[in-house]
Amino acid sequence: MSGSVLYDVPGPRARVRNRLYGALATVALVALIGFILYRLDDTGQFQAGLWDDYEYAETQQRIVDGLLTTLKTFAIAAVLSLALGALLAAARLSDHKPVRWAATVVVEFFRAMPLLIMIFLLYAAVFTADPMWALIIGLVLYNGSVQAEIFRSGINAVPKGQSEAAYAIGLRKTQVMASVLVPQAVRSMLPSIISQLVVTLKDTSLGFIILYEELLFVGRAFAQQTPPVNGVYAFIPMVIVFGSIYILLCLALSSVATWVERRTQRSRKGAPPAMPADDPALTGDSAHG
Amino acid sequence: MNVLSDNFAMFREGFLGTVELTALSAVLALVLGTLIAAFRVSPVPALRIFGSAWVTLLRNTPLVLLFLAVTLGLPALGLKGWDSFWLAVMALGCYTSAFICEAIRSGINTVPVGQAEAARSIGMTFSQTLGQIVLPQAARTAIPPIGSLLIALAKNTAIASGFNVTELGSVQKTLNAASGYNIYVIFLWIAICYIIITFTISGLFRLLENRLAVAR
Repeated sequence: MSGSVLYDVPGPRARVRNRLYGALATVALVALIGFILYRLDDTGQFQAGLWDDYEYAETQQRIVDGLLTTLKTFAIAAVLSLALGALLAAARLSDHKPVRWAATVVVEFFRAMPLLIMIFLLYAAVFTADPMWALIIGLVLYNGSVQAEIFRSGINAVPKGQSEAAYAIGLRKTQVMASVLVPQAVRSMLPSIISQLVVTLKDTSLGFIILYEELLFVGRAFAQQTPPVNGVYAFIPMVIVFGSIYILLCLALSSVATWVERRTQRSRKGAPPAMPADDPALTGDSAHG
Repeated sequence: MNVLSDNFAMFREGFLGTVELTALSAVLALVLGTLIAAFRVSPVPALRIFGSAWVTLLRNTPLVLLFLAVTLGLPALGLKGWDSFWLAVMALGCYTSAFICEAIRSGINTVPVGQAEAARSIGMTFSQTLGQIVLPQAARTAIPPIGSLLIALAKNTAIASGFNVTELGSVQKTLNAASGYNIYVIFLWIAICYIIITFTISGLFRLLENRLAVAR
């Protein structure tokens, strides 16, 4: 509620001023949107010939195929990255120093590398014929490392008394982990885990650059095939149509994260332990791709 | 044969390209991000709506798609004559600004309520309260997350290689295609270049954090 703290309850003059600013801002925004629409229309982007193709069943089928390819890639990458994340997190919390050390090196390395550079390497060196696996393995290595950090900080955020109590009644480390720490950590980490899955979904579009036939690639191939109408190519309609699909997909998955967060907060078992919000290791990764 | 010494000019150009792209997009992202954050806490509802629409839209768009929209869309809107480098700066800067905005906004939330209340009680207006009291304090808590965001930005510049910009990613792509070099060795050198850049950014921000740290 910082908004209401930053300014007084507006009096008559401030109300008039705020309304004036509001009107100016609205006019400016409407003018901007109007200008964009005017330019798009002026350059012939709304000509029927550029949009007709989207009415054909064949076209719609191709879009659905591209969408399914994207979702399939995302599903495989999501499952494998969660598995890798769990494995790396377990290794980083291990009692054996060499295991901990090796896992730290792996996690830090893959988090520091740009994902696309990894994908270029995998594509050129191993999966020349099969860009899908270059994309998936790249996504799994990067997102798995980030998920590992999320799991680890979730487990570390569980109050120390929980594991002390569990050890005190004689549980072994595996039991403490599996029956006390992990169930609590997953509850507090679920929103972050899902946000990282949104990043994974967004990053599947990197396949476009290595010519993998996912949704965005289908879009561009499609726009290139549509014959230009009066010298205008069908790229802008493609960006509008495919952009909306991507944004809706990501918004749907993000809203799941928000829903889960709200749900766990009013759970009968009480709110989960707070996430370490000031952990700089976690805040930046959602900006990727 | 050594990839680095054979292609030193190319590596230098790629390295400088990535550095320039990162620096210019970072400036754009910081300016835009602060402005949008101010919009999002302002008393004017229209600006608040614009701010949250900007953030929601950009955070849920894949960066590749944004690149595509900017490189195809802006020329269609009449912005002709911009080269691919500046279009890439535009895409990266706008994308990162949404994240910077959220980092600054959560920084604003950590400033104790009494600060803004005290500022208001001595008669400061919204822009004075925000500009002179709240934002300078918010910036300090926002420094570590902004550092991580700029590191993410430096890594994201690799995407520009798919859109005709000379930077490290395009160097790697060109050398991978040129036969005769070991692909893993190319990757190693590219990786070292990126690590130099990201370590510099995190070092700078650690310095900044220590210089600006205040006891609360």
